[in-house]
Amino acid sequence: MAGSPNTPNTPRQRRGTGAVLVEFLGSMNLAITLLVALSFAAIIGTVLQQNQPYPDYVRKFGPFWFEVFERLGLYDVYGAAWFLLLLGLLLVSTAVCVYRNAPTMLRDMRHFRLDVQEKSLRAFHQQVEWQAEGDVTAVAERAGATLAAQGYRVRVKDHGDRTVVAGMRGTWNRLGYLLTHVAIVVICVGGLIDGNLPLKFAERLGRLQVETRDIPAAQVPPESTLSADSAAFRGSVRIAEGGQADFVFLNVRDGFLLQKLPFRVELVDFRVEHYPSGQPKSFESDVVIHDPELAEPLKRTIAVNHPLIHRGYAIYQASFSDGGSRMKLRAHALDVPNLAPLELEGAVYQNLKVITPRGPMSIEFIDFKPYNVFPDEDGGGGFRNYGPSVVFKLRNEAGEAIEYVNYMMPVIQEGRPYFMSGMRALPGEPYRYLYLPLDAAGSLDRFMTLRRNALDAARVRETINAQADGLMPAGSDAETRANLVGSITRLVEMFTRGGMGAVVDQVEKAVPEAERQQAMESYVMVLQSVLGSLYVDQLRADGALGEQGVSDADAKFFEDALEAFAALGNYGSPLLVQLSDFEHVEASGLQITRAPGKDIVYLGCVMLMAGVFFMFYLHHRRVWVSVTAGEHGTRVLLAGSGNRDRAEFATEFEGVRRVLAVATGAEAMTQQEAG
Amino acid sequence: MSVTSEFLRDGLTRKAWWQRLGLWDWGWGALVLAGVLFAYARYSALMDGFEIIILAGTAPVVLALGWGWKAMRPYTLAVALLSLASIGLYGGELARGDANFFLKYLLSSQSAIMWMSALFVMATAAYWLSLFMRSDFTGRVATALTWCASAMGFIGLMVRWRESYLIGPDVGHIPVSNLYEVFILFAVITGLMYLYYEGRYRSRAMGAFALTVISASVAFLLWYTFERQAHEIQPLVPALQSYWMKIHVPTNFVGYGGFALAAMLGIAYLIVDRVKPGSAWAARLPTLGQLDDVMYKAIALGFAFFTVATVLGAMWAAEAWGGYWSWDPKETWALIVWLNYAAWLHMRLTKGWRGRPMAWWAIIGLFVTTFAFLGVNMFLSGLHSYGTL
Ligand code: HEM
Repeated sequence: MAGSPNTPNTPRQRRGTGAVLVEFLGSMNLAITLLVALSFAAIIGTVLQQNQPYPDYVRKFGPFWFEVFERLGLYDVYGAAWFLLLLGLLLVSTAVCVYRNAPTMLRDMRHFRLDVQEKSLRAFHQQVEWQAEGDVTAVAERAGATLAAQGYRVRVKDHGDRTVVAGMRGTWNRLGYLLTHVAIVVICVGGLIDGNLPLKFAERLGRLQVETRDIPAAQVPPESTLSADSAAFRGSVRIAEGGQADFVFLNVRDGFLLQKLPFRVELVDFRVEHYPSGQPKSFESDVVIHDPELAEPLKRTIAVNHPLIHRGYAIYQASFSDGGSRMKLRAHALDVPNLAPLELEGAVYQNLKVITPRGPMSIEFIDFKPYNVFPDEDGGGGFRNYGPSVVFKLRNEAGEAIEYVNYMMPVIQEGRPYFMSGMRALPGEPYRYLYLPLDAAGSLDRFMTLRRNALDAARVRETINAQADGLMPAGSDAETRANLVGSITRLVEMFTRGGMGAVVDQVEKAVPEAERQQAMESYVMVLQSVLGSLYVDQLRADGALGEQGVSDADAKFFEDALEAFAALGNYGSPLLVQLSDFEHVEASGLQITRAPGKDIVYLGCVMLMAGVFFMFYLHHRRVWVSVTAGEHGTRVLLAGSGNRDRAEFATEFEGVRRVLAVATGAEAMTQQEAG
Repeated sequence: MSVTSEFLRDGLTRKAWWQRLGLWDWGWGALVLAGVLFAYARYSALMDGFEIIILAGTAPVVLALGWGWKAMRPYTLAVALLSLASIGLYGGELARGDANFFLKYLLSSQSAIMWMSALFVMATAAYWLSLFMRSDFTGRVATALTWCASAMGFIGLMVRWRESYLIGPDVGHIPVSNLYEVFILFAVITGLMYLYYEGRYRSRAMGAFALTVISASVAFLLWYTFERQAHEIQPLVPALQSYWMKIHVPTNFVGYGGFALAAMLGIAYLIVDRVKPGSAWAARLPTLGQLDDVMYKAIALGFAFFTVATVLGAMWAAEAWGGYWSWDPKETWALIVWLNYAAWLHMRLTKGWRGRPMAWWAIIGLFVTTFAFLGVNMFLSGLHSYGTL
């Protein structure tokens, strides 16, 4: 504050403990310490992701540090006691600071300091004296008029021996200080009103218990439920289309609380619109508010950035998800194909028990998507819709699960239609995709028939026999022949059940390093010829065989089928689950909040903005003209001070000096700079 | 000093501000008014209430800028005319961008922005040259280049705005919605801020330092363009379809601009502080007093606007996320930046700190700010998911 006389110098009161405390709380050092400390605390909260599931933290930090960090409240820094304490201290400190400075500043704004002594004026950085023409009153009058013309508010006082003309400008700067700092207090108070302190107390007193189990709202016990009259909260709820809710969940650390609402929210419809490019364009929910206080239900549409405010409760479009779409599915048994496919019905978030050739398993439906828009592989920036898909986990008795995503519509690759299914063992990793060729009718029948035949040992042996005649050198004995047929039959079965993986294992077991390469090739050839003739028989049976033999399309189909067989080995599922029909149900994630402190905070914000600008852009400036009758004529002493920006004030002071000098008909000017 | 008669006149009887306006000022006023009325008459049918208010609001701002800072007049005119020219050349079809010579090489948003980048880099070089060669002419060239660069950047944004609507009416939006666009905004605003202080202090000595930070941002911009094709106009995700964005983001960047400027002057301060007074170098470099002064002014301006921006952000958050404060990383870092400069201002204004420590602090401040503005999007997840690299 450049040591100017209008520094808010704190009144020197008796140093009682109270005074000392006030001194400390209002001290600039504390203020700055707090500002910096808060910054650092805030940083922790951004670097360490807040309110994650606790197991994740354990995985990250190990049990020991997890414990330490939890005690320090680092998983919810901004709710931690010590953080709130810091904020509280800043509030108090600012308040005390205002309390100490306000009186001085207000006085500063009103008082013109007409009783200022000449010697204290001479101590000013900016001061100058000269001899003026005319008597004291006349000079004082002209001086006053000139200052007024310069935009100063002016007061004059006659002390008898001398007359003091005092001018003042930019007093609102001081108001700025008050506004800014009161604003801080106001904002903190508003924030506290909306904060979760009450919850914390209730928890400390054991009146509240954070629910950590994953249970539906209906089963949440009363000690984890908050009544509808809570003053402030911020929670979220997922409502499926056609569903209703009169509560929201408040996430607390690793659990949640159930917050009751005084009204019911019904979701009629949820819509997502997309840009042509496939990016989402809008999320909208048609909701109906059923409120006893309303004559009839309130119908509204809410969207992102367009919340609905009802009785001080604000309802926002926060997210969306599947609302439990119902699906019809057809499950083909892959290794017992002559089993008729079983027809299943399920819904997202539901589990289904099924008996598979590999024992009982459960299908856990995770998600359904009516469309899947992905960028084109060709990287041309285009997008492609893969149609509906279902995501589910297949869990065996041992509890091991593999996740699958199966697409309903045929996926066209190089002009040929496939059934596409992605699988992955771990949630994180990318899907590996399986492509099963589809027949002209777009069904899996032809593929499954081929597989059925390939698994039909008798049929396979027959085929091999037929070919073996060709293969065998003439006159080789029946035994060799039987062995050959036997081993080929096993090979075919191994391949069909275990995929290429099984064959490779077998080769690595049975064949010495040097010959493997060649062995594999001959195996593949054999497989192709055997399965090939099975396929040709099948085509013939279907009457799909023209006189010019197998058509190119059918040949391609066979290649794809072989690849599929090879890949099925590590598909990991005994079932091929195919979406046959669905009824899409969406759910809207609504955030519902009540923040009575909001308006207080906004008031504070307005004060803050105004205050800061006043402080920066209005400079509080004072000038004094002290006119005295000296032995040779009237003497004028001009002095001034500004609370900002010496350089700027210096130029202004110089301007004032010049006009005053002219106005008072200055003679010999003697300017002396007070060191 | 001699006391001239006209000095006496406005010295002894100080006229009200509007009496002190000259003919040119009134001309400017008329021009702005005409412009706004034209826009209203022409487009009011397409505007909703909010946009009409914004239009009405721009009039006094442009007016005040032109009155308070004369150089703003030719600048505003140039930006307006060239933007209109470009939009006219497009005449409703995006394809012309490649067909028309002027668009392709000068006035399509992408070319304009490339021009801005080139000009800013040249300006930086020129300022350093003039510093080393003590060439006043080079200095004037540097200033001119900076003005042109700022103009091209602004034009680029205006035209990009139009182009987004040419892509599709529902795609169209003000170009302050992703990192690429705000980097242009940053360069332009910082450039203008510097030019203001250059005019105010009649000294180009600070230019080399101020323009360096702009060139840095230009470098990032170019990397971002060529490495990530960031310049392609993307439609707005729902969260960004809000009026608040239109005012929140630009306000924020006045803040960032001010802080960046202050930091560069801080560096200058530390350097000037090393050269011995009275040496040849001391004569070329800005004075410590001036640097300290402008550093404070830049931070004060930045802080004031940053305060407003943060408040606007809170109001937007209240509408989009359901709470005026969610301790989302971006929000929180804004608070950190704000608290940091609040502390800085206190040190200077109440403890009267000056010089080296404040210079260092201003420089550190820029790192904090940069993290708030880039780092958060890159390293921290949060609700401000847009604008990720
Ligand atoms: C978050 C909290 C605070 C903020 C954002 C804040 C903001 C400001 C700002 C922007 C200024 C302007 C400097 C100027 O006049 O240009 C200022 C000045 C000042 N602040 Fe604070 N302040 C805060 C807390 C405090 C506290 C706790 C104290 C008490 C120790 C304090 C005491 C002062 C004083 C004495 C001034 C100088 C006023 C003057 O003479 O112009 N401030 N404050």
